[in-house]
Amino acid sequence: MNTQLQTELKADSKLERILAAGHFAVTAELGPPKSADIEVIKTKAGHLTGKVDAVNITDNQTAIVRMSSIAAGALAMQMGLEPVIQITCRDRNRIAIQSDVLGAAALGLRNILCLTGDHQCFGNHGTTKNVYDMDSIQLINVLKCMRDDKKFACGDEIRNGKKEPIVEPRIYIGAAANPFGDPFEFRVIRLAKKVNAGVDFVQTQCIYDMERFEEWMRQVRERGLHEKVRILAGVTPLKSAGMARYMRDSVAGLSVPDYYIERMEKAEDKAAEGIKICVEQIERFRDIEGVAGVHIMAIEWEHRVAEIVERAGLLPRPEAA
Amino acid sequence: MITAVQKPFNEIHGMVRECRNLLVLGCGTCVTVCMAGGEKEVGILASTLRLANREQKISMKITEDTIERQCDREFFDAVRDKVEAADAVLSMACGVGVQFASEVFEGKRVFPALNTKFYGTNESVGIWSERCAGCGTCVLDKFGGVCPIARCSKSLLNGPCGGSQNGKCEVDQERIDCGWQLIYDRMKSLGLLHLLEANEPLKDWSTGRDGGPGKIVREDMVL
Repeated sequence: MNTQLQTELKADSKLERILAAGHFAVTAELGPPKSADIEVIKTKAGHLTGKVDAVNITDNQTAIVRMSSIAAGALAMQMGLEPVIQITCRDRNRIAIQSDVLGAAALGLRNILCLTGDHQCFGNHGTTKNVYDMDSIQLINVLKCMRDDKKFACGDEIRNGKKEPIVEPRIYIGAAANPFGDPFEFRVIRLAKKVNAGVDFVQTQCIYDMERFEEWMRQVRERGLHEKVRILAGVTPLKSAGMARYMRDSVAGLSVPDYYIERMEKAEDKAAEGIKICVEQIERFRDIEGVAGVHIMAIEWEHRVAEIVERAGLLPRPEAA
Repeated sequence: MITAVQKPFNEIHGMVRECRNLLVLGCGTCVTVCMAGGEKEVGILASTLRLANREQKISMKITEDTIERQCDREFFDAVRDKVEAADAVLSMACGVGVQFASEVFEGKRVFPALNTKFYGTNESVGIWSERCAGCGTCVLDKFGGVCPIARCSKSLLNGPCGGSQNGKCEVDQERIDCGWQLIYDRMKSLGLLHLLEANEPLKDWSTGRDGGPGKIVREDMVL
Protein backbone atom coordinates (compact mmCIF):
# COMPACT_ATOMS: atom_id res chain seq x y z
CA MET A 1 0.00 0.00 0.00
CA ASN A 2 1.35 3.41 -0.89
CA THR A 3 2.06 5.98 1.76
CA GLN A 4 -0.51 8.36 0.39
CA LEU A 5 -3.37 5.97 1.14
CA GLN A 6 -1.72 4.85 4.35
CA THR A 7 -1.87 8.37 5.77
CA GLU A 8 -5.50 8.69 4.73
CA LEU A 9 -6.48 5.65 6.75
CA LYS A 10 -8.23 6.61 9.94
CA ALA A 11 -7.58 3.54 12.01
CA ASP A 12 -5.59 1.25 9.72
CA SER A 13 -7.77 -1.73 10.53
CA LYS A 14 -7.85 -4.63 8.09
CA LEU A 15 -11.52 -3.92 7.36
CA GLU A 16 -10.72 -0.31 6.57
CA ARG A 17 -7.85 -1.30 4.27
CA ILE A 18 -9.97 -3.84 2.39
CA LEU A 19 -12.76 -1.32 1.84
CA ALA A 20 -10.30 1.43 0.93
CA ALA A 21 -8.77 -0.84 -1.68
CA GLY A 22 -12.20 -1.25 -3.25
CA HIS A 23 -12.66 -4.94 -2.45
CA PHE A 24 -16.17 -6.25 -1.79
CA ALA A 25 -15.85 -6.79 1.97
CA VAL A 26 -17.21 -9.76 3.88
CA THR A 27 -17.96 -9.60 7.58
CA ALA A 28 -19.65 -12.07 9.89
CA GLU A 29 -20.85 -12.20 13.43
CA LEU A 30 -19.69 -13.99 16.54
CA GLY A 31 -21.90 -14.02 19.62
CA PRO A 32 -19.84 -14.31 22.82
CA PRO A 33 -20.72 -17.17 25.17
CA LYS A 34 -23.24 -16.97 27.99
CA SER A 35 -20.47 -18.17 30.28
CA ALA A 36 -16.75 -17.68 30.86
CA ASP A 37 -16.02 -20.53 28.45
CA ILE A 38 -13.30 -19.61 25.95
CA GLU A 39 -13.86 -22.82 23.97
CA VAL A 40 -17.07 -21.42 22.49
CA ILE A 41 -15.13 -18.52 21.00
CA LYS A 42 -12.39 -20.86 19.77
CA THR A 43 -14.87 -23.09 17.99
CA LYS A 44 -16.74 -20.22 16.35
CA ALA A 45 -13.49 -18.43 15.44
CA GLY A 46 -12.20 -21.62 13.86
CA HIS A 47 -15.12 -21.59 11.42
CA LEU A 48 -14.52 -17.98 10.41
CA THR A 49 -10.75 -17.49 10.30
CA GLY A 50 -9.60 -16.77 6.76
CA LYS A 51 -13.14 -16.86 5.41
CA VAL A 52 -14.20 -13.30 6.25
CA ASP A 53 -12.42 -9.95 6.66
CA ALA A 54 -13.77 -9.03 10.06
CA VAL A 55 -16.18 -10.37 12.64
CA ASN A 56 -18.68 -8.42 14.72
CA ILE A 57 -18.53 -9.31 18.38
CA THR A 58 -21.99 -8.65 19.72
CA ASP A 59 -22.64 -6.69 22.90
CA ASN A 60 -25.11 -8.57 25.06
CA GLN A 61 -27.42 -8.93 22.08
CA THR A 62 -31.15 -9.08 22.77
CA ALA A 63 -30.24 -7.91 26.27
CA ILE A 64 -29.07 -11.35 27.36
CA VAL A 65 -25.96 -11.38 29.53
CA ARG A 66 -22.91 -12.68 27.71
CA MET A 67 -19.15 -12.27 27.92
CA SER A 68 -18.25 -8.63 27.24
CA SER A 69 -17.70 -7.77 23.59
CA ILE A 70 -14.27 -6.27 24.28
CA ALA A 71 -13.01 -9.30 26.19
CA ALA A 72 -14.42 -11.72 23.61
CA GLY A 73 -13.04 -9.51 20.83
CA ALA A 74 -9.56 -9.49 22.34
CA LEU A 75 -9.67 -13.29 22.57
CA ALA A 76 -10.96 -13.59 18.99
CA MET A 77 -8.08 -11.40 17.83
CA GLN A 78 -5.59 -13.76 19.51
CA MET A 79 -7.26 -16.53 17.51
CA GLY A 80 -6.57 -14.72 14.24
CA LEU A 81 -9.78 -12.81 13.61
CA GLU A 82 -10.17 -9.10 13.11
CA PRO A 83 -12.97 -8.08 15.49
CA VAL A 84 -15.56 -5.34 15.11
CA ILE A 85 -16.52 -4.50 18.68
CA GLN A 86 -20.20 -3.73 19.06
CA ILE A 87 -21.10 -1.15 21.70
CA THR A 88 -24.68 -0.42 22.63
CA CYS A 89 -25.99 2.61 24.48
CA ARG A 90 -28.31 0.54 26.65
CA ASP A 91 -25.99 -0.43 29.47
CA ARG A 92 -23.30 2.23 29.76
CA ASN A 93 -23.12 6.00 30.01
CA ARG A 94 -20.62 8.27 28.27
CA ILE A 95 -18.05 7.77 31.04
CA ALA A 96 -18.11 3.97 30.84
CA ILE A 97 -18.19 3.85 27.04
CA GLN A 98 -15.28 6.24 26.53
CA SER A 99 -13.33 4.28 29.12
CA ASP A 100 -14.08 1.06 27.25
CA VAL A 101 -13.06 2.65 23.94
CA LEU A 102 -9.65 3.55 25.42
CA GLY A 103 -9.33 0.01 26.73
CA ALA A 104 -10.33 -1.51 23.40
CA ALA A 105 -7.81 0.64 21.54
CA ALA A 106 -5.09 -0.27 24.03
CA LEU A 107 -5.82 -3.95 23.39
CA GLY A 108 -5.35 -3.36 19.65
CA LEU A 109 -9.03 -3.45 18.68
CA ARG A 110 -9.60 -1.05 15.81
CA ASN A 111 -13.19 -1.36 14.67
CA ILE A 112 -16.13 -0.30 16.80
CA LEU A 113 -19.77 -0.51 15.78
CA CYS A 114 -22.15 1.93 17.48
CA LEU A 115 -25.64 0.66 18.28
CA THR A 116 -28.64 1.90 20.23
CA GLY A 117 -29.20 -1.58 21.65
CA ASP A 118 -32.24 -3.81 22.07
CA HIS A 119 -34.49 -2.79 24.93
CA GLN A 120 -33.89 -4.80 28.11
CA CYS A 121 -37.45 -6.13 28.02
CA PHE A 122 -36.31 -8.66 25.39
CA GLY A 123 -33.59 -10.17 27.55
CA ASN A 124 -33.12 -12.12 30.75
CA HIS A 125 -32.94 -9.14 33.11
CA GLY A 126 -36.22 -7.42 32.35
CA THR A 127 -36.33 -5.63 35.70
CA THR A 128 -33.06 -3.75 35.16
CA LYS A 129 -32.60 -0.01 34.64
CA ASN A 130 -31.41 1.09 31.20
CA VAL A 131 -29.02 3.93 30.48
CA TYR A 132 -29.46 5.49 27.02
CA ASP A 133 -27.35 8.47 28.09
CA MET A 134 -26.75 8.91 24.37
CA ASP A 135 -28.10 7.38 21.19
CA SER A 136 -26.12 5.55 18.50
CA ILE A 137 -25.74 8.70 16.39
CA GLN A 138 -24.33 10.67 19.30
CA LEU A 139 -22.05 7.73 20.13
CA ILE A 140 -20.63 7.83 16.57
CA ASN A 141 -19.79 11.48 17.08
CA VAL A 142 -18.24 10.89 20.49
CA LEU A 143 -15.90 8.29 18.90
CA LYS A 144 -15.11 10.58 15.99
CA CYS A 145 -14.21 13.43 18.36
CA MET A 146 -12.02 11.07 20.39
CA ARG A 147 -10.19 9.96 17.24
CA ASP A 148 -10.03 13.14 15.16
CA ASP A 149 -10.22 15.99 17.68
CA LYS A 150 -8.40 13.91 20.28
CA LYS A 151 -10.88 15.01 22.89
CA PHE A 152 -13.35 13.40 25.23
CA ALA A 153 -17.05 14.27 25.04
CA CYS A 154 -16.51 16.85 27.78
CA GLY A 155 -13.85 18.64 25.71
CA ASP A 156 -10.81 17.48 27.72
CA GLU A 157 -7.81 16.35 25.69
CA ILE A 158 -7.03 12.64 25.67
CA ARG A 159 -3.80 12.77 27.64
CA ASN A 160 -2.73 11.63 31.04
CA GLY A 161 -1.47 15.07 32.13
CA LYS A 162 -0.48 18.45 30.72
CA LYS A 163 3.06 17.32 29.96
CA GLU A 164 2.07 13.86 28.79
CA PRO A 165 1.49 13.03 25.12
CA ILE A 166 -1.96 12.87 23.56
CA VAL A 167 -2.72 9.23 22.82
CA GLU A 168 -6.11 9.00 21.17
CA PRO A 169 -7.87 5.78 20.16
CA ARG A 170 -7.54 5.02 16.43
CA ILE A 171 -10.95 3.57 15.65
CA TYR A 172 -12.71 2.70 12.39
CA ILE A 173 -16.25 3.71 13.21
CA GLY A 174 -19.23 1.62 12.22
CA ALA A 175 -22.96 1.72 12.73
CA ALA A 176 -26.06 -0.20 11.79
CA ALA A 177 -28.69 0.87 9.30
CA ASN A 178 -32.19 -0.49 9.18
CA PRO A 179 -33.89 0.07 5.82
CA PHE A 180 -37.03 -1.72 7.02
CA GLY A 181 -38.14 0.02 10.20
CA ASP A 182 -40.80 2.69 10.17
CA PRO A 183 -41.27 5.46 9.23
CA PHE A 184 -39.60 4.33 6.00
CA GLU A 185 -38.93 7.88 4.77
CA PHE A 186 -36.94 8.57 7.95
CA ARG A 187 -34.58 5.62 7.40
CA VAL A 188 -32.37 7.40 4.91
CA ILE A 189 -32.42 10.52 7.13
CA ARG A 190 -31.06 8.36 9.95
CA LEU A 191 -28.21 7.28 7.67
CA ALA A 192 -27.53 10.89 6.67
CA LYS A 193 -27.34 11.83 10.36
CA LYS A 194 -24.91 8.98 10.97
CA VAL A 195 -22.76 10.24 8.11
CA ASN A 196 -22.89 13.75 9.57
CA ALA A 197 -21.87 12.34 12.93
CA GLY A 198 -18.78 10.78 11.32
CA VAL A 199 -19.52 7.14 10.62
CA ASP A 200 -17.08 5.29 8.33
CA PHE A 201 -19.05 2.13 7.52
CA VAL A 202 -22.51 0.74 8.12
CA GLN A 203 -23.89 -2.77 8.16
CA THR A 204 -27.59 -3.12 7.48
CA GLN A 205 -30.23 -5.10 9.31
CA CYS A 206 -30.68 -8.46 7.62
CA ILE A 207 -32.35 -8.08 4.27
CA TYR A 208 -35.01 -10.31 2.77
CA ASP A 209 -37.16 -7.70 1.07
CA MET A 210 -34.81 -6.93 -1.81
CA GLU A 211 -37.19 -4.47 -3.48
CA ARG A 212 -37.43 -2.33 -0.36
CA PHE A 213 -33.67 -2.50 0.12
CA GLU A 214 -33.09 -1.38 -3.47
CA GLU A 215 -35.54 1.47 -2.99
CA TRP A 216 -33.65 2.50 0.14
CA MET A 217 -30.34 2.31 -1.75
CA ARG A 218 -31.84 4.52 -4.44
CA GLN A 219 -32.63 7.11 -1.74
CA VAL A 220 -29.11 6.66 -0.35
CA ARG A 221 -27.56 7.37 -3.76
CA GLU A 222 -29.89 10.29 -4.35
CA ARG A 223 -28.31 11.95 -1.33
CA GLY A 224 -24.81 10.87 -2.35
CA LEU A 225 -24.42 9.02 0.94
CA HIS A 226 -22.89 5.94 -0.71
CA GLU A 227 -19.86 8.07 -1.51
CA LYS A 228 -19.39 9.09 2.11
CA VAL A 229 -19.93 5.79 3.92
CA ARG A 230 -19.15 2.16 3.05
CA ILE A 231 -22.38 0.18 3.11
CA LEU A 232 -22.33 -3.54 3.87
CA ALA A 233 -25.63 -5.29 3.14
CA GLY A 234 -26.76 -7.61 5.92
CA VAL A 235 -28.00 -11.16 5.37
CA THR A 236 -29.13 -13.94 7.66
CA PRO A 237 -29.43 -17.36 6.00
CA LEU A 238 -32.79 -18.99 6.71
CA LYS A 239 -32.50 -22.40 8.34
CA SER A 240 -36.14 -23.46 8.06
CA ALA A 241 -39.58 -22.32 6.97
CA GLY A 242 -40.44 -21.86 10.64
CA MET A 243 -37.54 -19.45 11.05
CA ALA A 244 -38.67 -17.55 7.95
CA ARG A 245 -42.18 -17.16 9.36
CA TYR A 246 -40.79 -16.21 12.77
CA MET A 247 -38.60 -13.51 11.21
CA ARG A 248 -41.61 -12.18 9.31
CA ASP A 249 -44.08 -12.24 12.20
CA SER A 250 -42.11 -11.69 15.37
CA VAL A 251 -39.02 -9.61 14.69
CA ALA A 252 -39.68 -5.87 14.81
CA GLY A 253 -38.24 -4.07 11.82
CA LEU A 254 -38.03 -7.09 9.52
CA SER A 255 -40.09 -8.14 6.56
CA VAL A 256 -39.72 -11.49 4.77
CA PRO A 257 -41.50 -11.65 1.41
CA ASP A 258 -43.87 -14.55 0.78
CA TYR A 259 -41.83 -15.86 -2.14
CA TYR A 260 -38.94 -16.73 0.18
CA ILE A 261 -41.30 -18.33 2.68
CA GLU A 262 -42.84 -20.43 -0.10
CA ARG A 263 -39.41 -21.53 -1.33
CA MET A 264 -38.45 -22.56 2.19
CA GLU A 265 -41.73 -24.45 2.67
CA LYS A 266 -41.41 -26.34 -0.62
CA ALA A 267 -37.71 -27.20 -0.32
CA GLU A 268 -36.75 -30.72 0.67
CA ASP A 269 -33.43 -29.65 2.15
CA LYS A 270 -34.42 -26.49 4.02
CA ALA A 271 -30.90 -25.53 5.09
CA ALA A 272 -29.56 -25.90 1.55
CA GLU A 273 -32.40 -23.76 0.21
CA GLY A 274 -31.72 -21.09 2.85
CA ILE A 275 -28.07 -20.97 1.83
CA LYS A 276 -29.04 -20.86 -1.85
CA ILE A 277 -31.29 -17.86 -1.22
CA CYS A 278 -28.52 -16.18 0.75
CA VAL A 279 -25.98 -16.71 -2.06
CA GLU A 280 -28.44 -15.33 -4.62
CA GLN A 281 -28.94 -12.25 -2.46
CA ILE A 282 -25.19 -11.64 -2.18
CA GLU A 283 -24.84 -11.94 -5.97
CA ARG A 284 -27.58 -9.34 -6.36
CA PHE A 285 -25.96 -6.98 -3.82
CA ARG A 286 -22.77 -6.98 -5.86
CA ASP A 287 -24.64 -5.37 -8.73
CA ILE A 288 -26.17 -2.61 -6.62
CA GLU A 289 -24.25 0.65 -6.87
CA GLY A 290 -23.08 1.76 -3.44
CA VAL A 291 -23.03 -1.65 -1.76
CA ALA A 292 -19.45 -2.16 -0.62
CA GLY A 293 -19.73 -5.55 0.99
CA VAL A 294 -21.86 -8.09 2.78
CA HIS A 295 -22.40 -8.72 6.46
CA ILE A 296 -23.41 -12.33 7.13
CA MET A 297 -25.27 -12.80 10.38
CA ALA A 298 -25.51 -16.57 10.57
CA ILE A 299 -27.12 -16.94 13.96
CA GLU A 300 -25.54 -19.96 15.69
CA TRP A 301 -24.62 -21.16 12.20
CA GLU A 302 -21.06 -19.92 12.03
CA HIS A 303 -19.94 -23.26 10.54
CA ARG A 304 -21.97 -22.58 7.38
CA VAL A 305 -20.48 -19.12 6.70
CA ALA A 306 -17.47 -20.40 4.74
CA GLU A 307 -19.79 -22.30 2.38
CA ILE A 308 -21.87 -19.17 1.76
CA VAL A 309 -18.81 -17.02 1.10
CA GLU A 310 -17.31 -19.62 -1.21
CA ARG A 311 -20.49 -20.19 -3.21
CA ALA A 312 -20.89 -16.43 -3.57
CA GLY A 313 -17.49 -16.43 -5.27
CA LEU A 314 -15.87 -14.37 -2.54
CA LEU A 315 -13.06 -16.75 -1.60
CA PRO A 316 -10.17 -16.50 -1.18
CA ARG A 317 -10.38 -13.27 0.75
CA PRO A 318 -7.94 -10.60 -0.44
CA GLU A 319 -4.80 -9.95 1.54
CA ALA A 320 -5.09 -6.51 3.12
CA ALA A 321 -1.73 -4.92 2.49
CA MET B 1 -51.00 15.86 36.21
CA ILE B 2 -49.21 13.32 38.34
CA THR B 3 -50.82 9.94 37.74
CA ALA B 4 -51.05 7.05 40.15
CA VAL B 5 -52.75 3.72 40.66
CA GLN B 6 -53.79 2.05 43.88
CA LYS B 7 -51.47 -0.56 45.33
CA PRO B 8 -52.78 -4.13 45.59
CA PHE B 9 -55.15 -4.28 48.56
CA ASN B 10 -53.23 -6.99 50.39
CA GLU B 11 -50.07 -4.90 50.27
CA ILE B 12 -51.92 -1.93 51.76
CA HIS B 13 -53.56 -4.06 54.43
CA GLY B 14 -50.22 -5.62 55.30
CA MET B 15 -48.74 -2.15 55.88
CA VAL B 16 -51.47 -0.92 58.22
CA ARG B 17 -52.75 -4.06 59.98
CA GLU B 18 -50.95 -3.23 63.25
CA CYS B 19 -52.61 0.21 63.47
CA ARG B 20 -55.40 0.71 65.98
CA ASN B 21 -56.51 4.12 64.78
CA LEU B 22 -56.00 4.86 61.10
CA LEU B 23 -56.75 7.98 59.09
CA VAL B 24 -57.26 7.33 55.37
CA LEU B 25 -56.39 10.65 53.77
CA GLY B 26 -57.24 11.50 50.17
CA CYS B 27 -55.91 14.24 47.97
CA GLY B 28 -58.23 16.49 45.96
CA THR B 29 -55.95 17.31 43.06
CA CYS B 30 -54.12 15.07 40.53
CA VAL B 31 -55.06 11.71 42.05
CA THR B 32 -58.70 12.75 42.26
CA VAL B 33 -58.64 13.56 38.55
CA CYS B 34 -57.00 10.24 37.69
CA MET B 35 -59.42 8.47 40.03
CA ALA B 36 -56.86 6.83 42.27
CA GLY B 37 -56.87 8.73 45.56
CA GLY B 38 -59.76 11.23 45.81
CA GLU B 39 -62.72 11.31 48.17
CA LYS B 40 -64.51 8.49 46.36
CA GLU B 41 -61.50 6.18 46.45
CA VAL B 42 -60.91 7.02 50.12
CA GLY B 43 -64.47 5.83 50.87
CA ILE B 44 -64.02 2.60 48.96
CA LEU B 45 -60.61 1.79 50.44
CA ALA B 46 -61.76 2.57 54.00
CA SER B 47 -64.80 0.29 53.58
CA THR B 48 -62.69 -2.51 52.13
CA LEU B 49 -60.25 -2.20 55.03
CA ARG B 50 -63.12 -2.37 57.54
CA LEU B 51 -64.46 -5.52 55.87
CA ALA B 52 -61.03 -7.16 55.83
CA ASN B 53 -60.46 -6.21 59.48
CA ARG B 54 -63.80 -7.69 60.49
CA GLU B 55 -63.05 -10.90 58.63
CA GLN B 56 -59.61 -11.20 60.20
CA LYS B 57 -60.79 -10.03 63.64
CA ILE B 58 -58.53 -6.99 63.62
CA SER B 59 -59.63 -4.15 65.85
CA MET B 60 -58.95 -0.87 64.05
CA LYS B 61 -60.76 2.46 64.07
CA ILE B 62 -60.75 3.99 60.60
CA THR B 63 -61.55 7.63 59.88
CA GLU B 64 -61.64 9.23 56.45
CA ASP B 65 -60.92 12.65 55.04
CA THR B 66 -59.73 14.29 51.85
CA ILE B 67 -57.91 17.60 51.62
CA GLU B 68 -57.44 19.87 48.62
CA ARG B 69 -53.73 19.04 48.17
CA GLN B 70 -51.19 17.04 50.16
CA CYS B 71 -48.27 18.88 48.57
CA ASP B 72 -49.06 22.24 50.24
CA ARG B 73 -48.67 22.86 53.96
CA GLU B 74 -51.73 25.06 54.44
CA PHE B 75 -54.25 22.39 53.47
CA PHE B 76 -53.18 20.06 56.28
CA ASP B 77 -54.56 22.44 58.93
CA ALA B 78 -58.07 21.16 58.22
CA VAL B 79 -57.20 17.62 59.35
CA ARG B 80 -54.69 18.37 62.09
CA ASP B 81 -57.01 17.06 64.85
CA LYS B 82 -57.81 13.84 63.02
CA VAL B 83 -54.12 13.21 62.41
CA GLU B 84 -53.30 13.84 66.08
CA ALA B 85 -55.95 11.32 67.11
CA ALA B 86 -54.75 8.64 64.70
CA ASP B 87 -51.66 6.52 65.22
CA ALA B 88 -50.96 6.44 61.48
CA VAL B 89 -52.04 7.99 58.20
CA LEU B 90 -52.74 6.01 55.05
CA SER B 91 -52.18 8.63 52.38
CA MET B 92 -53.90 8.27 49.04
CA ALA B 93 -51.82 11.07 47.55
CA CYS B 94 -48.92 10.68 45.12
CA GLY B 95 -45.42 10.11 46.48
CA VAL B 96 -45.03 13.86 46.95
CA GLY B 97 -48.09 14.03 49.17
CA VAL B 98 -47.08 11.00 51.25
CA GLN B 99 -43.67 12.51 51.94
CA PHE B 100 -45.02 15.96 52.63
CA ALA B 101 -47.61 14.57 55.06
CA SER B 102 -44.70 12.84 56.86
CA GLU B 103 -42.84 16.16 57.07
CA VAL B 104 -45.86 18.06 58.35
CA PHE B 105 -46.85 15.47 60.94
CA GLU B 106 -43.59 14.73 62.64
CA GLY B 107 -43.65 11.52 64.65
CA LYS B 108 -46.58 10.06 62.70
CA ARG B 109 -46.17 7.15 60.33
CA VAL B 110 -47.57 7.86 56.89
CA PHE B 111 -48.15 4.89 54.57
CA PRO B 112 -48.56 5.08 50.79
CA ALA B 113 -51.75 3.60 49.36
CA LEU B 114 -50.80 4.39 45.77
CA ASN B 115 -48.02 3.68 43.32
CA THR B 116 -47.14 6.98 41.66
CA LYS B 117 -46.63 6.51 37.93
CA PHE B 118 -45.80 9.53 35.76
CA TYR B 119 -46.63 13.04 34.54
CA GLY B 120 -49.36 12.27 32.08
CA THR B 121 -52.71 12.92 30.59
CA ASN B 122 -56.08 11.22 30.42
CA GLU B 123 -56.01 10.35 26.74
CA SER B 124 -59.44 8.69 26.76
CA VAL B 125 -61.85 7.18 29.27
CA GLY B 126 -59.89 4.91 31.59
CA ILE B 127 -56.56 5.47 29.82
CA TRP B 128 -53.72 7.66 31.04
CA SER B 129 -50.37 8.01 29.35
CA GLU B 130 -47.03 9.64 30.02
CA ARG B 131 -46.11 12.94 28.40
CA CYS B 132 -43.21 14.47 30.35
CA ALA B 133 -40.11 13.08 32.03
CA GLY B 134 -39.23 16.25 33.92
CA CYS B 135 -35.75 16.44 32.39
CA GLY B 136 -35.38 20.11 33.30
CA THR B 137 -34.53 21.34 29.78
CA CYS B 138 -37.60 21.29 27.59
CA VAL B 139 -36.92 20.31 23.98
CA LEU B 140 -40.51 20.26 22.73
CA ASP B 141 -39.85 23.20 20.38
CA LYS B 142 -37.60 20.98 18.26
CA PHE B 143 -39.90 17.99 18.01
CA GLY B 144 -43.27 19.42 17.12
CA GLY B 145 -44.50 19.28 20.68
CA VAL B 146 -43.94 15.53 21.11
CA CYS B 147 -41.29 14.61 23.67
CA PRO B 148 -38.71 12.03 22.54
CA ILE B 149 -37.42 11.65 26.09
CA ALA B 150 -40.75 10.75 27.64
CA ARG B 151 -42.34 9.02 24.68
CA CYS B 152 -39.53 6.98 23.13
CA SER B 153 -38.72 3.88 25.21
CA LYS B 154 -35.01 4.64 24.72
CA SER B 155 -35.26 8.45 24.94
CA LEU B 156 -33.59 8.71 21.53
CA LEU B 157 -32.96 12.24 20.30
CA ASN B 158 -31.99 11.55 16.69
CA GLY B 159 -34.81 9.46 15.32
CA PRO B 160 -36.51 6.09 15.67
CA CYS B 161 -34.59 2.90 16.40
CA GLY B 162 -35.09 -0.16 14.20
CA GLY B 163 -37.91 -1.38 16.41
CA SER B 164 -40.53 1.07 15.18
CA GLN B 165 -43.16 -0.89 13.30
CA ASN B 166 -46.54 0.28 12.05
CA GLY B 167 -46.46 3.19 14.46
CA LYS B 168 -45.84 0.99 17.48
CA CYS B 169 -42.87 0.51 19.80
CA GLU B 170 -41.02 -2.81 19.96
CA VAL B 171 -41.35 -2.77 23.75
CA ASP B 172 -45.12 -3.30 23.53
CA GLN B 173 -46.61 -3.42 20.06
CA GLU B 174 -50.14 -3.41 21.44
CA ARG B 175 -50.03 -0.56 23.89
CA ILE B 176 -47.12 1.78 23.21
CA ASP B 177 -47.05 4.16 20.27
CA CYS B 178 -43.63 4.81 18.75
CA GLY B 179 -42.79 8.29 19.99
CA TRP B 180 -40.70 8.91 16.90
CA GLN B 181 -43.53 7.98 14.56
CA LEU B 182 -45.61 10.61 16.40
CA ILE B 183 -42.81 13.17 16.07
CA TYR B 184 -42.36 12.33 12.39
CA ASP B 185 -46.09 12.60 11.60
CA ARG B 186 -46.42 15.86 13.53
CA MET B 187 -43.39 17.49 11.90
CA LYS B 188 -44.55 16.31 8.48
CA SER B 189 -47.99 17.85 9.00
CA LEU B 190 -46.31 21.08 10.12
CA GLY B 191 -44.11 21.04 7.00
CA LEU B 192 -41.04 20.98 9.25
CA LEU B 193 -39.56 17.57 8.45
CA HIS B 194 -36.26 19.15 7.41
CA LEU B 195 -35.66 20.24 11.01
CA LEU B 196 -35.37 16.59 12.03
CA GLU B 197 -32.29 16.24 9.84
CA ALA B 198 -30.19 18.28 12.27
CA ASN B 199 -27.96 16.19 14.50
CA GLU B 200 -29.01 16.54 18.11
CA PRO B 201 -25.92 16.72 20.36
CA LEU B 202 -25.40 14.93 23.66
CA LYS B 203 -27.97 15.98 26.21
CA ASP B 204 -27.12 17.61 29.50
CA TRP B 205 -28.98 15.34 31.91
CA SER B 206 -27.76 17.26 34.96
CA THR B 207 -30.79 19.55 34.85
CA GLY B 208 -33.01 16.61 35.76
CA ARG B 209 -32.78 13.71 38.18
CA ASP B 210 -29.13 13.07 37.29
CA GLY B 211 -28.15 16.38 38.86
CA GLY B 212 -29.35 15.11 42.23
CA PRO B 213 -32.73 15.75 43.88
CA GLY B 214 -34.31 18.75 42.18
CA LYS B 215 -34.65 22.09 43.88
CA ILE B 216 -35.91 25.41 42.56
CA VAL B 217 -34.80 28.56 44.37
CA ARG B 218 -36.39 31.77 43.13
CA GLU B 219 -34.19 34.51 44.53
CA ASP B 220 -36.83 37.09 43.61
CA MET B 221 -39.31 35.38 45.89
CA VAL B 222 -37.24 34.04 48.78
CA LEU B 223 -37.98 35.92 52.00
